Amino acid sequence: MAKQPHKKHEVETTGHEWDGIQEFNNPLPRWWLWVFYACIVWAIWYSIAYPAWPGLKSATSGYLGFSTRAQVAESIAEFETKLAPMNDKLAGVELASIADDAELRGYAVSAGAAVFKTWCAQCHGSGAAGAKGYPNLLDDDWLWGGTMEDIHTTITHGIRNTDDEDARFSQMPAFGRDELLEKEQIAQVVNYVMSISAGNTPQDASLVAEGEVVFQDNCAACHMEDGTGDRFQGAPNLTDAIWLFGGDYASLYETVYNARYGVMPNWNTRLSEAEIRAVATYVHGLGGGE
Amino acid sequence: MSNTQPEAPSLYAAREPIFPKRVHGKFRNLKWVLMIFTLGIYYLTPWIRWDRGPNLPDQAVLVDLANRRFFFFWIEIWPHEFYFVAGLLVMAGLGLFLFTSALGRVWCGYACPQTVWTDLFILVERWIEGDRNARLRLHRQKKLDFRKIRLRLTKWVAWFLIGLATGGAWVFYFTDAPTLAVDLVQGTAHPVAYTTMLILTATTFAFGGFAREQICIYACPWPRIQAAMMDEDTLVVGYRSWRGEPRGKQRDQEDSTTPAGDCIDCMACVNVCPMGIDIRDGQQLECITCALCIDACDDIMAKLGKPRGLIDYMALTDEIAEREGKAPKPIWKHVFRPRTILYTTLWSLVGVALVVALFMRSDIEATVAPVRNPTFVTLSDGSIRNTYDVRLRNKHGTDRPFQISVKGHPALRVQLEGTPYGAVTVPADSTQLQRVYIVAAAGSDPANSERWDIRLWVEDTSNGDRVYKDTIFNGRAN
Repeated sequence: MAKQPHKKHEVETTGHEWDGIQEFNNPLPRWWLWVFYACIVWAIWYSIAYPAWPGLKSATSGYLGFSTRAQVAESIAEFETKLAPMNDKLAGVELASIADDAELRGYAVSAGAAVFKTWCAQCHGSGAAGAKGYPNLLDDDWLWGGTMEDIHTTITHGIRNTDDEDARFSQMPAFGRDELLEKEQIAQVVNYVMSISAGNTPQDASLVAEGEVVFQDNCAACHMEDGTGDRFQGAPNLTDAIWLFGGDYASLYETVYNARYGVMPNWNTRLSEAEIRAVATYVHGLGGGE
Repeated sequence: MSNTQPEAPSLYAAREPIFPKRVHGKFRNLKWVLMIFTLGIYYLTPWIRWDRGPNLPDQAVLVDLANRRFFFFWIEIWPHEFYFVAGLLVMAGLGLFLFTSALGRVWCGYACPQTVWTDLFILVERWIEGDRNARLRLHRQKKLDFRKIRLRLTKWVAWFLIGLATGGAWVFYFTDAPTLAVDLVQGTAHPVAYTTMLILTATTFAFGGFAREQICIYACPWPRIQAAMMDEDTLVVGYRSWRGEPRGKQRDQEDSTTPAGDCIDCMACVNVCPMGIDIRDGQQLECITCALCIDACDDIMAKLGKPRGLIDYMALTDEIAEREGKAPKPIWKHVFRPRTILYTTLWSLVGVALVVALFMRSDIEATVAPVRNPTFVTLSDGSIRNTYDVRLRNKHGTDRPFQISVKGHPALRVQLEGTPYGAVTVPADSTQLQRVYIVAAAGSDPANSERWDIRLWVEDTSNGDRVYKDTIFNGRAN
C-alpha cells in the first residue's frame, strides 16, 4: 500500500462512553490557548488600570484614576457648557417673546418639564393635575393669573410664604372660627355660592336668597358682586366649575368657617432665572395658559 | 522504572497549514461565478444611485442610522416598520432551512462570506506564490531569503488591500458613498467610519489570510446547527467507498490478487481541499461541501477512462441503495420532498405577506397616545378636556398639511396645541408630535360618561389621504 501522508492520527478518547457514543479527546487549537493567555494578561492590566479590587471600606482606585462619578460630573458640566448660551438667551429675552422663538420655546418646554418633575410634581402631581388644595395647572382657571408674566411672578416669589416679602398674599377671614358670621349665615352663603357656581346646585334652595344678602355684605369686596373673583387679590372665581378645596356643601362650609391658606415656596432662591422661565413656559403650555 | 508509560496526549495542537491545489471543473466554475456575483453585489451596491427628490438621499441602498431610515431602491423603511427586517430575517432563516435540508452545507460551501473571501485570498496567494507545490516549498524553506520576504510581503499587502476595500465598502452602506469616499481620503470622515474600517480590515485580513478553516471548525456555530437540519435525503459530498476500495496505485493493483477499486489514492481530492480533510474518511464536521474534491476526482477518473462520480453529491439513502446494487434516487426526488416543500411554502407565505404589507402601507400615518395623567381636566365652564399625544408621520418627500378632526359625538371639538387652526404642517420625511385637546361641552354625553369611543381622523389636505385611529374619551363619571 502506498503511504498515506494525510492519514489521520488516532485521536484518544476520554474513556467516556454512553450507548456506544465515545467522547473524543481532541486537542484544542493552539491559537485558542494564546488568545486565552492574552485575555489573562489583559485582565491583569485591566484590574490595575481600573477600579477593581475591593477592600473593607473602598476599592482600589485604579492606575488611570477612572471614576464613574467623575464621568457623570464631567458630562453634566459638558452639557451645562453646551446649554449655557441657550440659558442666557432664555433668561435675557422678554417673557412674552419666548413663544415666538420656536427653538427657544422648545428648549424651555423640555427644560421646564425636567424642572417641574424635580421641584413641582410633589404638590402639583407629575401630570400637573394638582390635588385638593394644590391647584390643577392644566385647566383654564387661575387664582393669580395665567399669563406668562403672572405665572413667572408666582413661581419666582411663591404664595403666602414667609421667606419672600414679594410673595403673593391674600387672607380670607375665618368667618366661623372668628365669629364674624353665625352658623346659619354661613349655611345661607354656602347655598348661595353653590347656586351661582357652574354645574352645582344648592343643598337647600330656600336659603339662597338670604345667602345672597350675606354674600354681598361680607364676600363681594374680594369675590366681586357677581362672584367672579379678583385675581389681583387672589380671590377665586366662585362661578366656574372648578374648586380648589372642593365644591360640595361640607367642603364649602369648612372653607367659609375656617378659611384656607395654601402656601407655595418662592423659587428664586433655589432655581436660576432661566430655570424659572423654563418651568413657567412649560406650565403655560399645559393647556390653560393665557 | 520502565519507560513504557505512554506519552500524555498534547492538550493543544498547532494549526496544520493547508495548501489547496488549483482545480478545474464545473463546481469550481460555479464557485467562480458565485464569487464574482456576491463580491460584485457587496462592493458595488453602495454606488448605485436612485433619485428620490430633493429632500431625500439618492443612494439606492442606504442604512441611514443618524436619521433612522433604511432606503432600498423605491422602498423606504422607518424604524416602526422594523417588522420588515424581522420578516426578511425569518425568510433568510427558512431559506437556510430549505437549502440545508435539500443540499446540506451549501451555504458554507458557496455563499458564506468566510468561504468567498478565503477563496479570494487563496486565489491571490496562488497568483503571487504559485500553486500548491511552490507554496509548500516556500513554506518548508527555512532560510528567509530575499525571494521569500518579497513574496510574503507582496501577498500580505495584497490581502491587506482586499481587507481595506472590504471594510471600506461596508461603511459606504451607512452614509452617502461618494461624499464619504472623499472624506475618507482627506481624513475628515467620522472616527466611527475609520474605526469600523480598521476592525473589518483586520478581521478580513486575519480570517481570510490565516484563520480560514479554523473559523468554520471552531468559531462558527452554524455547522452544529446544520447537522440537526440534515436528514438521510440531504445531498452532501460523499465518497463511493464501495466502488473506490480497495484503493491503491494501478501498478500495485496489478500485482494484487484482490479486485482493485477505482480509487488510485492519488490524493487529488485531499490536495484541493480548503479544509485540509480527506473526504474518503466519510462525513466530517470540517466538510463545507464546496465540491472541489468532486472536480478533482472527476478529472482523474476521466484520465483513467473510468466513469465520473467516485466522489459526488449523494444522500445517505443513495449509499444504502448503491451498496445493495440498486439505482439511487434521482436528484429531483431528493430535492422535492414534503420537508423541502413545507419550507418553500412557509418561505413563500412570509414573502407574500411582506410584499402585501409593503404595498398596503400608507404615506401618512398617525399613532395616538391618550394622556392619562390625569384622565381628564375640568375646565371653568364645566366642559371636560382630554389630551392626546398624536404622532404624525409624513413619508412624502415634501412638507404636508395635516388636519385633525374627531368623530364620535357632536359635542366634541378639537384644539391643537400651539396653533389656533385645526391643521399643522409636518415637514418632509419626518414625524411630529402634536398635542391634541378634545373638549366635550359641559353636560354632554361624553363629558358625563366614564368612557366614550371616539375616532381621530388625520387628513393630508393636499391630496385628501386620510387615516384614522380609534381611542377613548374619558368623561366625569357621575
